[in-house]
Amino acid sequence: MLLQRFLVRLMTILVTLFGVAVVVFVVIRVAPGDPIAMMLPPGASNDDIARLRALYGLDKSIVQQFFIWLAGVLHGDFGTSISLRQDVLGLVFNRLPATLELATVALLMAVAIGVSAAILGARSRGTAVEAGIDIASGATLSIPDFLWGLVLILLFGVLIPVFDISGRVSPQLDLPFVTQFYLAESLLRLRFDLTWDLLKHMLMPAIALALPLAAIIAQLLKQSLKEVLDLDYVVLARVKGFSETQVILREALKNAALPTLTLVGVQFTFLIGGTVIVERLFSYEGLGNMAIDAVINRDLPLIQGIVLVFALLFVLINLGVDMMYALLNPRLRHG
Amino acid sequence: MEPCLEIRSLSAVLPNGQRVLRSVSLTVQPGEVRALVGESGAGKTMIGKAVLGVLPKSVRIVEGEMLIEGESLGRLDAKARRTLIGARTALIPQDPLTALNPSRRIGPQTTDRLVRILGWSGEKADERIRQLLQEVQIREPERVLKCYPHELSGGMRQRVLIAAAFAAEPRLIVADEPTTALDVTVQKQILRLIAQLQRNHGTALLFVTHDLGVVAKISQKVSVLYAGKVVEEAATPDLFASPQHPYTRALIAATPRYTDPYASLMPVNETVLAGLADEVAGADRAWRPSHG
Amino acid sequence: MDEARILRRGLSPRLWLAGGWLLLALLAAIFAPLIAPQDPLAQDLMLERLPPFWLDGAEPGYWLGTDSLGRDLLSRLIFGGRIAFIVAFAAAASACLIGSALGLIAGYFGGWADRVISRIVDVWMAFPPVLFAILLVAVLGTGLSSVIIAIAVIDWTRFCRVIRAEAMSQARMDYVESARIAGYGRIGIMLREVLPNVLPSVVALLSLEMGIAVIVEAILSFVNLSISTDDPTWGGIIAEGRLSIHQAWWVLVFPLITLIFTVLSFSQFGEGLKARFDPVLR
Repeated sequence: MLLQRFLVRLMTILVTLFGVAVVVFVVIRVAPGDPIAMMLPPGASNDDIARLRALYGLDKSIVQQFFIWLAGVLHGDFGTSISLRQDVLGLVFNRLPATLELATVALLMAVAIGVSAAILGARSRGTAVEAGIDIASGATLSIPDFLWGLVLILLFGVLIPVFDISGRVSPQLDLPFVTQFYLAESLLRLRFDLTWDLLKHMLMPAIALALPLAAIIAQLLKQSLKEVLDLDYVVLARVKGFSETQVILREALKNAALPTLTLVGVQFTFLIGGTVIVERLFSYEGLGNMAIDAVINRDLPLIQGIVLVFALLFVLINLGVDMMYALLNPRLRHG
Repeated sequence: MEPCLEIRSLSAVLPNGQRVLRSVSLTVQPGEVRALVGESGAGKTMIGKAVLGVLPKSVRIVEGEMLIEGESLGRLDAKARRTLIGARTALIPQDPLTALNPSRRIGPQTTDRLVRILGWSGEKADERIRQLLQEVQIREPERVLKCYPHELSGGMRQRVLIAAAFAAEPRLIVADEPTTALDVTVQKQILRLIAQLQRNHGTALLFVTHDLGVVAKISQKVSVLYAGKVVEEAATPDLFASPQHPYTRALIAATPRYTDPYASLMPVNETVLAGLADEVAGADRAWRPSHG
Repeated sequence: MDEARILRRGLSPRLWLAGGWLLLALLAAIFAPLIAPQDPLAQDLMLERLPPFWLDGAEPGYWLGTDSLGRDLLSRLIFGGRIAFIVAFAAAASACLIGSALGLIAGYFGGWADRVISRIVDVWMAFPPVLFAILLVAVLGTGLSSVIIAIAVIDWTRFCRVIRAEAMSQARMDYVESARIAGYGRIGIMLREVLPNVLPSVVALLSLEMGIAVIVEAILSFVNLSISTDDPTWGGIIAEGRLSIHQAWWVLVFPLITLIFTVLSFSQFGEGLKARFDPVLR
């Protein structure tokens, strides 16, 4: 039964990824610009162009191209970037850690801010504090990450220049890292000076990404906390002598978090989607920034690779959220 | 002897000014079972909640005093009051299905007060709760402690809650209609268990119910409530032998005898109700709200 | 009493504030040639990076200052509003039409139609939307219609999911069955029964979508992919402002404020309308 559900789920994931691959393939093959012409110096002979076309497999029909590419992907070969002339998979793996670290920091901040605001709001339900939290979260939620990024650039890049608003790390620093997970590695190597420099670069884009999600968490979690706080087992916990904060943390939070969790999963994929433009805004050297360059350069293999990696991330997050939901809900775990 | 619980002319109102408790006074002596009986909406649950400090936010106490073993709850700050209530009282809730946290195992849920509020060691608390689970006739305490609530039946859950209530040896337990939500077959067993544990541990019990049959079985003293007002107070045998108030007489008459399952519920007499309305209105006229 | 309550809700401040700003911005955009103090395209290197009117060195007639090419910021904002509103209305309406039609089909016919459409929605949800938009515009070529098509192609799923869920619950109702037996057309019935129920949500979504469209257009302009570079757009001004942020902060501040007000207003206006017309809430 469980295995069957898992297999069905796996099938949907594969179908979704296949669909994404097809759509990207179709979309970019209609592109009017010729990527090959961009690669060669002006005045290259037709023979040269044809040879390069053949090299990148662009002389075959779209269906043929797709299946050649798909066969490659199944062997772990995503092709060669046209503009950077490197292996696509290598390029993606080089940039993905930066984006993952940024998204993780943003998610942690969103959860921290959102959960605190929700607890504060539920604690002071019916007061002006709660009304304030409602208004603030409503407005925060309506302003997308792109605009938050610009606001933060103005506030902390220009008005009070305390944070860096460009790049991932100060260029003059000597980096001892062997992986691209700079933040994690700086922590492991106890190089907290580097951690601080990375965070100073990461904080602004991360807040821009985190704020809308934090507002959604605050709203949803506060609502379900308020519902849970009227239930009998919470009343019983109060009678046992626990304070309101203890009651919320120990009894209410976990049960109230379940309905919020499913929505946060979808919202987290939106957050990752948002890294594309926020990385651009802060010149942060992540996957999204590279994606925009790839589109501008008509780098077909690179675009395909990046979009597929994003899609894979999204479906994995949704899968992870479903699994967490089952783990947190004892009724599902045993049932 | 100092009463375990003393309530002096307690009044409470809703935001719209409607009174839900009208100068309620009652005492519970140590080791005594006091029944609070009345129809739904009479305010009997409100009294229990007021004592335990868990009134809904909309209900406001406007008059009166509550003392637990001589300590006035109103004079304590919020934290001290919470600790006092947590240490000396306990609640046996109405619905065992909703009174246990679905996402926590029975073990931590039943020992958290012992450990976190009373400062016991984990082993001592575990030992204590196992002992109590045996007292409420749960055969495999070890297994039950590892269960989640949804793995237990309603009767089992109520036993667990009773064990948890008695575990910290509170002086006073508020039992809020503890058998109403259960199957009829289980009701009697649970009632017998509560009576037995109450006797063995010498705990005072404030027993909230709408069922005079239950009152007769378990309590020594009764307060009869109507519209938030105590209309009669007596020792249990006296109440059944010679009810003084017409409402009490009507309630007794309306209770089908357990020996006669075909006896139907009799409606409360209209004139009795009219008289009651006058009485309550009279009490309201006499009452001068201090908040103006 | 009911009357008073509805009246009070009708006068809710957020509806007024949001609607007021949108109306103001819309009127300014429509009558841009009459209102704008300067030609938004006129460059004058003598007037480059003039500060707004309350600062030293400001020129009269250039209320919000000028950018690095000496173009008047206020006029560019007013003209930029034209493109923003055209994109907002056209893209949101197209997304709504596509999404509603597909949602109605999926919800009403169920079975294979539903399975196929739901799979497509799944695939669409697996795309990073901004990247998808950039990709589409890059493929379609820059220009107003490309931007509108790109936004509609990406965001129809929002409408589709709402309408599909409602149509599904309606299709199971008895009265739809009985109306069918009575010989009414199926789609006709669906529209009559589903529309009133989803209208509040769709209106709110439509308003929200207009705000999103304005943002997406700004993002596309920001990465230089929206309309031709000559026409002033809010995103284009922001991109320019981001570059000269240390020399002329106002070039970023004013379009940013405009954009924030507009996006906030669209979402609050939608929520306000929904609260006013939702039969359940009322």
